[in-house]
Amino acid sequence: MDAIKTTNLTKQYKDTLAVDNLNLTVRQGELFSLLGVNGAGKTTTIKMLSCLTAPTKGDAFLMGHSIKTDSAKIKALIAVSPQETAVAPALSVRENLELIAGIHSFSKEKQNSKIKELSTLLDLHAVIDKKASKLSGGYQRRLSIAMALISDPEILFLDEPTLGLDVIARSDLWEVIRALKGKVTVILTTHYMEEAEALSDRVAIMKNGKLLLCDTPDAIKQKADNKSFEEAFIRIVKGDLT
Amino acid sequence: MRTLTFARRNTKEILRDPLNLAFMFGFPLVLLLLFSAIQKSVPVPLFEIEVITPGITVFGLAFMTLFSATIIAKDRKSALLQRLYTTPMTAKDFILGYTLPILPIALLQAAVCYTVALVLGLKITIGFLYALLFILPISLLYIGIGLLCGSLLNDKQVGGICGALLTNLSAWLSGAWFDLNLVGGAFQKIAYALPFVHAVEMEKAALAGNLAGIFPHLWWVLGYAAVTLAAAIFFFLRQLKKQ
Repeated sequence: MDAIKTTNLTKQYKDTLAVDNLNLTVRQGELFSLLGVNGAGKTTTIKMLSCLTAPTKGDAFLMGHSIKTDSAKIKALIAVSPQETAVAPALSVRENLELIAGIHSFSKEKQNSKIKELSTLLDLHAVIDKKASKLSGGYQRRLSIAMALISDPEILFLDEPTLGLDVIARSDLWEVIRALKGKVTVILTTHYMEEAEALSDRVAIMKNGKLLLCDTPDAIKQKADNKSFEEAFIRIVKGDLT
Repeated sequence: MRTLTFARRNTKEILRDPLNLAFMFGFPLVLLLLFSAIQKSVPVPLFEIEVITPGITVFGLAFMTLFSATIIAKDRKSALLQRLYTTPMTAKDFILGYTLPILPIALLQAAVCYTVALVLGLKITIGFLYALLFILPISLLYIGIGLLCGSLLNDKQVGGICGALLTNLSAWLSGAWFDLNLVGGAFQKIAYALPFVHAVEMEKAALAGNLAGIFPHLWWVLGYAAVTLAAAIFFFLRQLKKQ
C-alpha cells in the first residue's frame, strides 16, 4: 500500500493558489523530500497532509485514509516535527516525552520503554532531566524529533529539521534521520540541497504550488544534465530545461 | 487522560516560572501588608482588613488572566499547539487543559491572601469558606478573559493587554481600593456595567457571611464568565481551524 497518495490536491487562500492540483505518491518506508523556494507550497502541502488545514479541492489518502473524512484515524498514525522546535520550555526532556506519550494514552510501562529507546536513538540520556529551554539548538531539534517519534508514527513529517544547526549537529541529525529509513515513511522539507540529496530516496520539486518534477536525486541530476544537485534544482526551478 | 496530561503540563509551565509566583503571591500580599500598615497609621476606617482583603484577593486573580493568556500565546508562537493539533487531542482537551490547572492555583492564591489577612486581624468566621467558594466563579471569568486574549493576541500583545491594561481596569473599576460612590457619575456607571466591581462586592458579602448579599453580583459575574468563555472557545477553535 502507498503511504501517501494525493489526487488533484489544491489549496486556495483568497487570491493565492498555494497548492495547485498536486498529484504524487509516496511509498511506505520511503524518505521523501519536498523541495522548493519560499512560497512553493511545501508547508501548505504538509499542513493539508497532517490535517491541519483542509484542501480547497482534491484529496489525499494516508495509509488509505482520506484527509477529508478520516482525520481522526490519520492523526493516530502520523506525527509532525514543525519548523519551530515546538517543545514545552519549562518541562524537562523526559517530561516533554511523557506529555506526548500521555496524549497518546500510553501505559506507564510503554511510556518508560519508549523514552528509554528514543533517548538511546537520539542520544538524549545526558540531557534527559534538563529543561527544554536550557538545551542547545541541536538538542532541541533532537527532542522535537523524539516527541514526534514517541507515538510510533507510520508517517513522520519533518519540516526543516536542521534549520539553524551547526555542521556537527546537522550531521548528527542526518544519522538519526537515516536510521529511520525503511521503518517509518518520512516526508522531509528542507532548503538545504545537500541534505535532500544525501537523505532522500525521492525528491519532489515544487514551484508556485505546482509539482515540477518527482524522482530520485540521481535521476534529477541526469534530467538537468548537471553533476551538482543544487545546480540541477536551480535549472529546474528557473525553467532552464530544454 | 489526555486532558489531565495536558493540564499537568500547563500547571508545571505556570508554577515553574518564578515571575509568575512573584506576581501570584508576592504582589497581592505586599498590597495587603501595605494597606494594613496605612490603616494602622490613620485614625479613620480607610482600609479595614475585612473590606480591603476581598478587593485585593479579586485583584490578584487578574494575574490568572495573564497566566492563561501567556501560556496559550506562547504555545501558538512556539508551534507546540501546531504539534498537538496533529495528535488525537480534541478541542475539549485543549479548553479544559488550559482552564483546569488555573482553578486550584486561583483557589490557593485566595487562601493565602485570606490566611495572611487572618494574621493581620481578620476574624475567622464561616464567611472565610464562603469567600473561598465564590472565588471559583470569579476565577472562571478571569480565566475566560485569558483564553480569549491568548487566542487572539500574540505573546507580546498579551503582556500589554493582560499585564497592564486589564490589571489596571480590574484595579480602578472594581472599587477594591476606594468606594466608587465617592467618584460617582459616568465612572461609576461604567464600573457597574463591568464585572469587576460585582466580583469584589460578591466577595465582600461572602466574607461577611451575608449570602443574600452576593446577589445580583453573582449573576453579573456568571453572565460575563459565560459570555467570555463562549467567545474564548469560539476564537480558540477559529484559530485551530486557521492552522
